[in-house]
Amino acid sequence: MTTRHDTAAPPSKGGAAPGRGPGDAVSPETAKKRARLSRRWQRDLRWSPYAFVSPFFLLFAAFGLFPLLYTGWASLHTVELTAPTDMEWAGLDNFTRIFDDEFFWNAAKNTLTIGIISTVPQLLMAMGLAHILNYKLRGSTFYRVVMLAPYATSIAAASLVFVLLFGRDYGMINWFLDLIGLDKIDWQSDKWPSQIAVSSIVIWRWTGYNALIYLAAMQAIPQDLYESAALDGASRWRQFIHVTLPQLRPTILFTVVVSTIGASQLFGEPLLFDANKGASGGSQHQFQTLGLYLYEQGWVNQHLGRASAIAWTMFLILIVIGIINYVISRRLRASS
Amino acid sequence: MTTTLTKPPAEPVPEPPRRGRRGPKSARAGGQMHAGPVAYIILALFTVGSLFPLVWTAIAASRDNQRLAQTPPPFWFGGNLFDKIEIAWTDANMGEAILNTTIVAGISAVTVVFLSTIAGFAFAKLKFRGRNALMLIVVGTMMIPPQLSIIPLYMMVAKLDWTDQLQAVIFPSLVSAFGVFFMRQYLLQALPDEIIEAARVDGASSWRVVWHVVFPAARPAMAVLGMLIFVQVWNDFLWPFLVLTQNGNPTVQVAVAGLGRGFTPDQALIMGGALLGTLPLLLVFAIFGKQIVGGIMQGAVKG
Repeated sequence: MTTRHDTAAPPSKGGAAPGRGPGDAVSPETAKKRARLSRRWQRDLRWSPYAFVSPFFLLFAAFGLFPLLYTGWASLHTVELTAPTDMEWAGLDNFTRIFDDEFFWNAAKNTLTIGIISTVPQLLMAMGLAHILNYKLRGSTFYRVVMLAPYATSIAAASLVFVLLFGRDYGMINWFLDLIGLDKIDWQSDKWPSQIAVSSIVIWRWTGYNALIYLAAMQAIPQDLYESAALDGASRWRQFIHVTLPQLRPTILFTVVVSTIGASQLFGEPLLFDANKGASGGSQHQFQTLGLYLYEQGWVNQHLGRASAIAWTMFLILIVIGIINYVISRRLRASS
Repeated sequence: MTTTLTKPPAEPVPEPPRRGRRGPKSARAGGQMHAGPVAYIILALFTVGSLFPLVWTAIAASRDNQRLAQTPPPFWFGGNLFDKIEIAWTDANMGEAILNTTIVAGISAVTVVFLSTIAGFAFAKLKFRGRNALMLIVVGTMMIPPQLSIIPLYMMVAKLDWTDQLQAVIFPSLVSAFGVFFMRQYLLQALPDEIIEAARVDGASSWRVVWHVVFPAARPAMAVLGMLIFVQVWNDFLWPFLVLTQNGNPTVQVAVAGLGRGFTPDQALIMGGALLGTLPLLLVFAIFGKQIVGGIMQGAVKG
């Protein structure tokens, strides 16, 4: 080893000293050390990025990806809640079972309608609110924080208060309807009122949050666009339509996707809105969502395999939504 | 949206804002128009709408079942507030629940922030093979709701005998693709490449760069992410509801949801519990509201 270094050293000493750096002139020992350091340096540069991202991916693999895929596997088995580790092959039985169940389709329809009732007004109001918050305001921070207070309130707390506010006999909302001469509404038992009431919990919690996201996007719109529009004589309303909305397109799409995913998973609100805290989503299943139906099959009826089939079906639905979203956003980008 | 229709009075003042454009912050001056009275009225309505259910929670908690079953519903506080809160605290395990939730949310927030910062740094500033593909996976996983994985997770918890134990809630909450994404977006622009280069020239290893350069630069975003994760874990409902029970290590949400059971539930007590479970977060929002708002908006623009 040493001889090699001895023979290797001289040429660098004689000729291309600047290429090798000044260190080589000192001693072969330092050169060796430097080489080792530089190798360690190389290794550090090369591998530390993976070390930095690996904790996330390991956790994700263990608690995200694996369970997701295993859900698909479990959906092909009969698994009981009482013995969750005993699995018996069942083929597609779980899927045929749920597709034959009228309550599955009922839950799917409810999820869709509650999703629309909660998402559309929520995003429209958020847009209007963001527009107002975008004015020069006195105390603008105060309003922004206040709009976020419902977001800080948990599903459980919010749902339980709304149950009281929507109470049939003594609730404040019915009291108010009565006061202005309207009929009282049975917010719990009637289909559409109950779906509106459940949606209102979602709307209450998320409108302010979405307004902040729209507001952030509005503030990023270059001022010149408004100025040239104003020079062209566009009214403020037309500026909103022709400048603000097109500029917000990606943000709107983002909020629509996020809200859609959230709506497809609705669980806590309808669960707690039922006075008896049942998983059936009301006595007639009038506001049972897919999330509740999954819970009912898995934890009330104790068929985890069937619940897995529901989860996997929801996953496939989300993939379809994702593809639709991708196609739409590509179309939008192509057209603009 | 309706306000835009009803806001013509602000029209004939296009001159002053144009002068403002010359300022350095022209791009951020989106709302240079002063708000009219209509805007303030609408904001007042939204303020009342946002706060009323919270205030009324306290009002209902200060009453009793009898009063809550009369027709003009109460609009002002009665005398039972502290009694109900005390009962909720002792009988319904709320004290333990708040402690449990603080532990769970605290551990999750700290871990997620730490792991997200180093991963976000790698994605934002380091070059490695497969970086773009891996980042695409991160973004993709943000779109998958965790709810779809609960059944195998439940089986895992059953197998490990973790039912009623806090780690059953902590571990799944450590996965946050949003956190990685958030930190990456922040570090992309908050951390100049030159500083990293300078540290490298001084012979700092990647780990030293993280410790001495990235963490100090990322501190504001780390604080915001920590608060967002804390709120999210604090309010998480479905998963804790499945693996924790009211009498064995409940989180706040499990305890509050459990308050409503029984033949004739004590509505004021339920409201007292709901109030107790919400107050800590409202307090955080009252103190750090500005930063949280800023963080949400920051994450939104770059997202």
